[in-house]
Amino acid sequence: MPLELIIVAALLAAASGLPSLALPRRSAWGQRLSVFLLVLAAAAGLAGAFAGLSAGASEALVLPWPAVGDSLVGLDPLSAFFLVPVFLIGALGAIYGLGYWPAGKNPRTSRRLALFYGLLVAGMALLLIAREAFAFLLGWETMALSGFFLIGLEDQREESRSSSIVYLAATHVSTLTLFGLFLLWRSVTGSFALERAASMSMGAMNAIFLMALVGFGIKAGSIPLHFWLPGAHAAAPSQVSALLSGVVLKMGIYGLVRTLSLLPGIPAAWGGLVLSVGAASALFGVVFALAQHDIKKLLAYHSVENIGIILMGLGVALLGTSSGKPELVALGLAGCLLHVWNHSLFKSLLFFGAGSVVHATGTRAIDRLGGLGKAMPWTAALFLVGAVAICGLPPLNGFVSEFFVYLGLFDGLVSDGAGLAMAAFAAPVLAMVGALAVACFVKVTGVSFLGSARSPEAEKAAESPATMLGPMYILAALCAFIGLAPSLLAPVLDSAIACWKGPLAASATGAVANELPRIGTLVPLRQVGLAAAGLLVIAALTAFLFARGTRLRGGARAPRRPTWDCGYAKPTSRMQYTSSSFARGIVGMFAWLLRPKAEPERIQGYFPEEARLHGEVEEAVLDRALRPAFHGMESLSRWSHRFQQGLTQQYVMYILVALVLLLCTLLPFDRILAFAFGGLGVAP
Amino acid sequence: MVDLINALLVTVLVLNLFTLGTSRLHSVIRIVAAQGALLGVITLLMHEHPTFPILLSAAAAVLIKGIVIPAVMLRSLRSAEIKREVEPFIGFLPSIILGAVATATVLLFSQAFSPHGNGMPSLIIPASISTVLVGFIIIVSRYKAITQVLGYLVLENGIYIFGALLVEAIPLVVEMGMLLDLFVGVFVISIITNNINRAFSSMDTRRLASLKE
Amino acid sequence: MIDALVHVLLLFALPPLLLGVIGKVKAFFAGRRGPPLLQAYRDIAKLLRKLSVFSETTTWVFRAGPIVTLVAIALAGFLVPFGAPSAPISFAGDMILFAYLFALSRFFTTAAALDSGSAFEGMGAAREATFACLSEPALFFVFLALSKQTLSLSLADMLGASSGTLSAAAMAPLVLLCLGLFLVILAETCRIPVDDPATHLELTMIHEAMILDHSGPLLGLIEYSASMKLLVLESLFLSLVMPFRSGVAWIDWALFALESLALAAAIGVVESVMARLRMRRVPYLLTGALLLGGSGFILLVR
Repeated sequence: MPLELIIVAALLAAASGLPSLALPRRSAWGQRLSVFLLVLAAAAGLAGAFAGLSAGASEALVLPWPAVGDSLVGLDPLSAFFLVPVFLIGALGAIYGLGYWPAGKNPRTSRRLALFYGLLVAGMALLLIAREAFAFLLGWETMALSGFFLIGLEDQREESRSSSIVYLAATHVSTLTLFGLFLLWRSVTGSFALERAASMSMGAMNAIFLMALVGFGIKAGSIPLHFWLPGAHAAAPSQVSALLSGVVLKMGIYGLVRTLSLLPGIPAAWGGLVLSVGAASALFGVVFALAQHDIKKLLAYHSVENIGIILMGLGVALLGTSSGKPELVALGLAGCLLHVWNHSLFKSLLFFGAGSVVHATGTRAIDRLGGLGKAMPWTAALFLVGAVAICGLPPLNGFVSEFFVYLGLFDGLVSDGAGLAMAAFAAPVLAMVGALAVACFVKVTGVSFLGSARSPEAEKAAESPATMLGPMYILAALCAFIGLAPSLLAPVLDSAIACWKGPLAASATGAVANELPRIGTLVPLRQVGLAAAGLLVIAALTAFLFARGTRLRGGARAPRRPTWDCGYAKPTSRMQYTSSSFARGIVGMFAWLLRPKAEPERIQGYFPEEARLHGEVEEAVLDRALRPAFHGMESLSRWSHRFQQGLTQQYVMYILVALVLLLCTLLPFDRILAFAFGGLGVAP
Repeated sequence: MVDLINALLVTVLVLNLFTLGTSRLHSVIRIVAAQGALLGVITLLMHEHPTFPILLSAAAAVLIKGIVIPAVMLRSLRSAEIKREVEPFIGFLPSIILGAVATATVLLFSQAFSPHGNGMPSLIIPASISTVLVGFIIIVSRYKAITQVLGYLVLENGIYIFGALLVEAIPLVVEMGMLLDLFVGVFVISIITNNINRAFSSMDTRRLASLKE
Repeated sequence: MIDALVHVLLLFALPPLLLGVIGKVKAFFAGRRGPPLLQAYRDIAKLLRKLSVFSETTTWVFRAGPIVTLVAIALAGFLVPFGAPSAPISFAGDMILFAYLFALSRFFTTAAALDSGSAFEGMGAAREATFACLSEPALFFVFLALSKQTLSLSLADMLGASSGTLSAAAMAPLVLLCLGLFLVILAETCRIPVDDPATHLELTMIHEAMILDHSGPLLGLIEYSASMKLLVLESLFLSLVMPFRSGVAWIDWALFALESLALAAAIGVVESVMARLRMRRVPYLLTGALLLGGSGFILLVR
């Protein structure tokens, strides 16, 4: 039953964009109809997913597809786990789009948006339930191509066009790698079905692992394969960015987890590699995020960081598998999976907030915002909730998943094993990442929503409509729920990580049971939840008492005065700290990595009127490695231009020369030689 | 019969050299027309007992290659108002020498190419190859668009000779197809010639190279 | 039960005394008599009685900052043992909650600083955020080392251990860890050589700049939570350095209180003897703390 629900949901989602094509362009009803269909699909999908999670077992169905000899789809708790964010964020994004991208104001693009949005959700649903390579690739490509069309939606802007092309190139490299992966899989195991393999040679396993890491890593956006992410997520409309950042990236994680769970046995080196890649992604992602001036690019780089944290969790799980420690596996995998849910929740919340800001002010540049907290109080409060969540601070959900990862690392340290002890170095890296994330989000929240408006656009801002605030409330409530009551999620996580029983059994040494321990016994979730709830309650109580106490004394309202400005005669809002000034210390510390470029204008005269400073940090992998490489290839191949003069005679001459050469092969060479040498009186 | 055909093939080879040597466009068009008509006659002579389809195809060849195509080209020439070819890449006299050398080489090695016995005129293969080569030389070395299409026609003639050898009777449909092909090609090139002339005020195809980048 | 009550008493009553001790030590070095030991209590009480003035640009975040800071640090204070073998709240992995509670307080403090829309506060917030990136990992190295040493995952177990588990072999790494932890304490509580709490030049401030616009009761809360932070961090250090536990509850608590006052005096000495570092040298100092922590950990794990 759950699998059928999911299939129905996927079909509904795919078809959700179609009715609006029949209606006129500006029609609001077309958009509402497609949103309604998508929400319906999401309801069915979520019901199916939760049923699949609680059922525990897996079921399968044959997908009739004559061309490839019938494919297979199935639902097991891992797929169900990943299906939840797909449908949830899909539905919430569609509702958000009602207010953010109304059909009346965007006639050219709204029908395209509805169509490809639905296809994106459907493609992801298909790839999650696929049990066979072809269905998987069909879902994967549908997702990738819909993503391309959505990113390039505003194709009149140069930024959208170039970002979508870079995205397309990257995603197709990923698909090609996956083709190679599945072909190798077929040659080693004999079928395209995604079933556990009995045994495999080390070389084949390594090749599969590396191809999975590259192919899924490109899609997930881990360093150094993330180069397409910032441009793509910044150029797309905000609800699409939320879906891309929150859910599409996780499809890469799903692929990686699924592939690894099918392999027989996992060597220790893989765990170390994934852990290092995760740590590097986390650190570099957040450092690059700190240097951004554009709110959406900043959030996109943060996705890179969170994918790094997810990969760290996966690395811990792999290390646990190879050393036969079920507690590590449970902790690492639970951290990885829970962070998948958490990130989809708070990243979508943040992107919705950023979309509200863009909607209200028309600009994405953080340095032109400011004081929005007074004009848009609810959006500001919800964005703050998202910011606290993404920094992993108690009492919200980010803390819980990072807690799992930390506990996994500490656990590995405490139990014996020098290799695992070395892995513990990832914990301070994660701590540094956490501190950097706090700095980054204080910067964004503080410069955008707090203080006073830095530009006329920010002054004109107004609160968003209810369709945009509603999804944000739901997401914030979910963040708080997971943070305050994490023990309720323990059974969900237990059933989701049960997929890893296979590799653990294959690598288990000694009498270690091939049962994974329950998360509830490993992690003191109740205490964490209680601590979080206690923090919240006590803070609220203290604030309440404080407010009452200070109001009772004296009775006068606290007077409002201008901010202390050290006696300066004419302070303006432009004198506030900007986002680049806030981040300058950290950018300076990491300048060897970021290589920021600054173009200061020389200040002339004793009483300068106006000056200008432009600074930017370019996307390292794309602008410093890939683009120069492609330019180099282009200039190397320029020598072949001399064969193209544009004259048809020349091209026909090439044909003639070829023809004559071919004719010459028919010549009787022996007779020519005999004639030549005979004529000269020399014997041949 | 075979000797007559050989003699006619020699005439074709001589006509090739004429097309290489002259710069007057009217002359070139007429020579190529004559060549085409001659080839139609040759195929007629190849058959002992010509049936109706063979008669029809020969008549069509003579009509289209000898009358219709030259008329189309002459008309486009008149509207473009050009009379002479510019000095080609190779030069007129060197072109003749090159063509002659090519023909001689092919004839020299005709032993290697020619089929044994079965009463085929022995000059067919050398004639076809040398006509093809001459056609190529014209295309490669001439600059005006009209001349290039004439080279294409000569090329087609060469292939046609070869076809006459290979098959007893080319099916009517294929023959008509080939003729249609030729006709359309010439028609199109005449239109293009006018457009080139209008765009660049000359028919020099080197101007087209500016479209390269 | 009694343990918890004494813990609460120490946590809430002791901190301002530390400030008094530091002030007395600095005055001694300067040849003055200095303010009375209990002056900090009087200052905080005075501030709590005053009226608040708020800036026009501020929102609720400005008011939430000090409150969240106080609550977070108090909760963190419940996680560390004060001389007793256990803490009121303890569970596996609570050191992570400890570190992240400090991060939470830092988030709201810096956000409140940016809320006032003043360049000075922004500057202080930026510096605070930057230096925290280096001190957090150093703290975690200390936790890792302690965890490996005591094979436990809870702060109370790690710190409340008796002298038996800290053997001679652990001396060398322990010295490194203690030094690193001391530098982290100086950085987190904004003492010389990282920040001068007595300066009145806004361009040189870190912590002081962030609270420029706070007034009245909120300022009192800020001062109070700063001293509580000092106490909580000191307790981490003390458990490392002086793991002598007599086993009798009263003696242990009194010992703890005396030790914390002694450490405050030591901080006072450091403040009087050294000058504050140039701002761009502070990251080097903190990187040094990081490396000390890391080396200590490596030595322990090897």
